[in-house]
Amino acid sequence: MGYAFRRRVWAAALILGFFLLWEILCLALGVSDLILPRPSQIFATLFDRMDVLWPHILQTLWTTLLGFALGVVVGVVIGALIGTSRIAYDTAYPLLIGFSSIPKVAVVPVLVLWFGAGPVPAVLTALAMCFFPIVVNIATGLASTEPELEDVLKSLGASKFDLLWNVGLPRTMPFFFASLKIAATFAFVGTVLAETVASNKGIGNVMMSASSNFDVPLVFAGLFILAFLGVALYAIFSLIETRFVGWANRKTDLAST
Amino acid sequence: MQNEQAQHSADRQRHAVVLSNASVAFGQGQNRVQALQPTDLRIAEGEFLALVGPSGCGKSTILKLASGLLRPSSGDVIVGGREVAASALRIGMAFQNPTLLPWLTIEKNVMLPLKIVRPFRQDYAHKKKTEFRDRVHALLADVGLSKFAGHYPWQLSGGMLQRANLCRALIHDPSLLLLDEPFGALDQFTREELWGTMQALWMKRRPTVVLVTHDLKEAGFLGTRICVMSARPGRIIDDSSVDFPRPRTVEMTFQPEFVTLNQRLRERIIAARSASVEQVA
Repeated sequence: MGYAFRRRVWAAALILGFFLLWEILCLALGVSDLILPRPSQIFATLFDRMDVLWPHILQTLWTTLLGFALGVVVGVVIGALIGTSRIAYDTAYPLLIGFSSIPKVAVVPVLVLWFGAGPVPAVLTALAMCFFPIVVNIATGLASTEPELEDVLKSLGASKFDLLWNVGLPRTMPFFFASLKIAATFAFVGTVLAETVASNKGIGNVMMSASSNFDVPLVFAGLFILAFLGVALYAIFSLIETRFVGWANRKTDLAST
Repeated sequence: MQNEQAQHSADRQRHAVVLSNASVAFGQGQNRVQALQPTDLRIAEGEFLALVGPSGCGKSTILKLASGLLRPSSGDVIVGGREVAASALRIGMAFQNPTLLPWLTIEKNVMLPLKIVRPFRQDYAHKKKTEFRDRVHALLADVGLSKFAGHYPWQLSGGMLQRANLCRALIHDPSLLLLDEPFGALDQFTREELWGTMQALWMKRRPTVVLVTHDLKEAGFLGTRICVMSARPGRIIDDSSVDFPRPRTVEMTFQPEFVTLNQRLRERIIAARSASVEQVA
């Protein structure tokens, strides 16, 4: 308890100190708010413009979540396929690596060409950004089942599905949740990327137009919103993770109490 | 001809596992490795067979043949009177690594086979909290784990995990129990304790057991019969029955007859080893 509390206090103090230092340095060095606005200015902009920003926040949030949800489905299916079958793994992996190493910025124009500017490219870019870590983690988790355990269950007449359901999937859950946290933040990157290139709505679009108007505090307000959304999504998945796969961390929990 | 067939079916009834001229090779062409020379082995029902030998001698290969997980490259393997592809026997297995699932309690871990093996799996949904649960608890009591049913694997010691592992191998009342060095990773005292537990379980239920081990003392303590194997290529070089009265105790393993048996088997293994070294040289 004591340690957990101290940890939280220090984490909060670090964040506060970071903003304070930023504020003080900007004031002391006389940095123009066209270059780097002070945190106080940014927060003021956030509150003043919240009514305008709000629809954009919602837009970014739902496109991200939709892209993320689709990415999870695609990732889990592909991951389960290549994780349970050696042949599928060997066959599909080169293609997947190739696909994942394409910079997604380069894909956005193609998506815009196909679907026009708007939410569709944003959703698809989010999907493309976030499904790969899920695939890798699910496949790794499934492939890490002990061969002895597989023998024990196969000799009992277990089908492939029995193995997947009773051993493979539960064992994969810690990997899956770890990948969800990464994938959620990647999905945000994807959405904002697409919004900055081709959209008339969303935080990415707000930041683009604000920067062309030299409204630098608004640009930074956009950044703050994205950081906040990212942290919030990360926190939600961390909570779900501890709820569902606490068994994977029990030892450390015990050690710290 | 008819006589031969009658003889054949009689064999099938009396024997849980029959290997006729069964061999196993892995790989192809130049990389081909002969894991098991053509071997004849008949394991009678209710027998406790200990397979002893140095590592790499094909002990585990015989075990895998009996489990149906591996098909012989040549020859036949008949388990419970049937070609192994669709084994007629209920099989339980335990390895040196207990492989209990970390997200399940000991009770749930031990119950896992009932979720998978016919005919239990049909009733699993409505019996898991009544009949099956009692069954698990009775078995855990037999091995002294009553108090740990609700614990998770990481809360148990190595010896306790191995006890739970034995329970998981036995919960569905297998008629053939295959053990691959289940006590190999334990300290000596825990190991001897578990020999006693294993013996008690066997005497109560009388499954056919094949125990793979490299511990001659363990083989003598537990087995009704010991087959000694030599390495590369693996084959059986000695086959003897062990008639010490049961229940056997650790003290018995220090008595002259036991020590004599131990020494005789040891000499066979050493002789076979030096022969194979000469062959290589």
